[in-house]
Amino acid sequence: MSGTDDQEPVIRVKGLVNRFGDHTVHENLDLTVEKGEILGVVGGSGTGKSVLLRSIIGLQRPNEGTIEVLGTDLSTLDNEARSRVERRFGVLFQQGALFSSLNLQENIALPLIEHIGLPREDAEYLARIKLSLVGLSPEDALKTPESLSGGMIKRAALARALALDPDILFLDEPTAGLDPIGAAAFDHLIKTLRDALGFSVFLVTHDLDTLHAACDRVAVLSQKRVLVADTLENVAQTDDEWVQEYFNGPRGRAAASSFVQE
Amino acid sequence: MPTQWFKREGNTLTLQGEWTLEHYATLKKALDGLDPKANAEIKLLGFERIDTAGAALLVNLLGVERAGQVDEWASDLPKSQRALIMRIASAMDVSLTLDTDTPNRLVSMLAGIGAQVEGLYRQQRELLGFIGLVLATALPIMINPRRWRVTATVAHVQQSGLNAVPIVMLLTFMVGAVVAFLGATVLQSFGATVYTINLVAFSFLREFGVLLAAILLAGRTASAFTAQLGAMKSNEEIDALKALGLDPIELLVLPRILAMLVSLPLLAFIGMLSGLLGGAVVSAVSLDIPFYQFMNTLQESVSLNHFLVGLAKAPVFAFIIAVIGCLEGFKVAGSAQSVGAHTTSSVVQSIFMVILIDALAALFFMEMGW
Repeated sequence: MSGTDDQEPVIRVKGLVNRFGDHTVHENLDLTVEKGEILGVVGGSGTGKSVLLRSIIGLQRPNEGTIEVLGTDLSTLDNEARSRVERRFGVLFQQGALFSSLNLQENIALPLIEHIGLPREDAEYLARIKLSLVGLSPEDALKTPESLSGGMIKRAALARALALDPDILFLDEPTAGLDPIGAAAFDHLIKTLRDALGFSVFLVTHDLDTLHAACDRVAVLSQKRVLVADTLENVAQTDDEWVQEYFNGPRGRAAASSFVQE
Repeated sequence: MPTQWFKREGNTLTLQGEWTLEHYATLKKALDGLDPKANAEIKLLGFERIDTAGAALLVNLLGVERAGQVDEWASDLPKSQRALIMRIASAMDVSLTLDTDTPNRLVSMLAGIGAQVEGLYRQQRELLGFIGLVLATALPIMINPRRWRVTATVAHVQQSGLNAVPIVMLLTFMVGAVVAFLGATVLQSFGATVYTINLVAFSFLREFGVLLAAILLAGRTASAFTAQLGAMKSNEEIDALKALGLDPIELLVLPRILAMLVSLPLLAFIGMLSGLLGGAVVSAVSLDIPFYQFMNTLQESVSLNHFLVGLAKAPVFAFIIAVIGCLEGFKVAGSAQSVGAHTTSSVVQSIFMVILIDALAALFFMEMGW
């Protein structure tokens, strides 16, 4: 793919510092995301998982540190170059963030029309394929976001995030608020889409099952930095109180055992 | 360059190159020029790049069934590309066309008018129903002072009354000055500039003082009520109150209405004074009517009942503004967009009702000779 060497990580965060007033969220945080991997980012509430995501996609200007995405530092680019990089991101926000004044197919067709310049008819046709791809019925295409359930909103938002066939997909708690069946289906969906489309995934989550089912590596945010980023087995053996409680607590063990059997 | 995407060799058609979103339009056009039946065999040896958009075109070309079996007949294709094509094929194995029937324009116009009228009727019915509900809730509380929510009421008096004093004063002062100028200009040709005082006094005591204050509060407070209650509604706070066995009308609506009933008459009074002051200043500065003469004329030729007629309307306006503001807040459903729509609606409705009632009241008072 243009612009990225296969060996180069798609995201490289170095020495990131984020402060809100006196409150330091990140202190000297380092993180890399390799091409084609699904990286799960976990951490207790308030450890700045979403802030990290927002920093990487450029919505939050860090106080210090560099963030390179797809080989370039977004903050050094002018608006046009930045937009070119940004359209290679797909972002699924926590609440979906579907445009409420547009119906589903218009939501997904918008970037196709604006960035690629497709005619509306083609864009909406592709939008309906995307809807079907994420498991919605193309008949839902004319529904408005407010008439959808939480699970449908997540799926539609994923379809919009996939609209431009991104190189990196950012997911902010994609399975939060879904029922277990829907959440498992979502994990499976992300994984099959990744295998088929080959993008990298930066996945912020609380969901232990998602970590087991979908993630290649897991990064633990704790003490204002990335405590450890490795495969799940190695992370679970880290000698840290929070990590031990998280992965080897009753829920962690339940999630782990259900995936060992498979 | 169509050859970029496919290569024809006798009876076989080899697809290749970059089947991506950027080339979607050109690729689609190139494929439209192909007759698939003329090609007995389509060969896939691997694409340089292919994404979902390209795969969708490929599936259209091959047909869903054949594309879904790409694993079996295109073993030269890299595994990831086969996976993508099969995934897209299964996604396209549903009806992707939408049957949108465009109705007759005349019919849809009539239907639109009908829906509007029905909406208006329903809105007024809801308003009357809500007024009834508020009164029914208020009556048992009125006779039981222990259930009065003094703190909430006072807080709302501060927000919607006290904080509005400066803007009401400024606005009425300026309108008072304008009315005085107008009066002076018109009355000068009759040599009756001194009647400017009567003009300012009559208009402000009977109409403008209360009307301007009411319109300001309709914009300022009705919208605030709708936004507050609407945010609570969309956050399910109102449902939470109900689930706790509490009455949202008693807790949320009555203090607001009561606060308005206190605030608006006071603001109307302040508006009257400030408007008169504006008139007096203009009279003194540019019409040579000194201040004491202004006061004198005011006392002699303007009777108390004009003031009472004006002020009597204030509680009615206050009630209707507060009720509309609260009702629109309760009507909010779901999203933040709905809060915005209902806030707009509440301002428009309350200003409309204020002016309508004011016009009817003016007619009534005139006929009564008050």
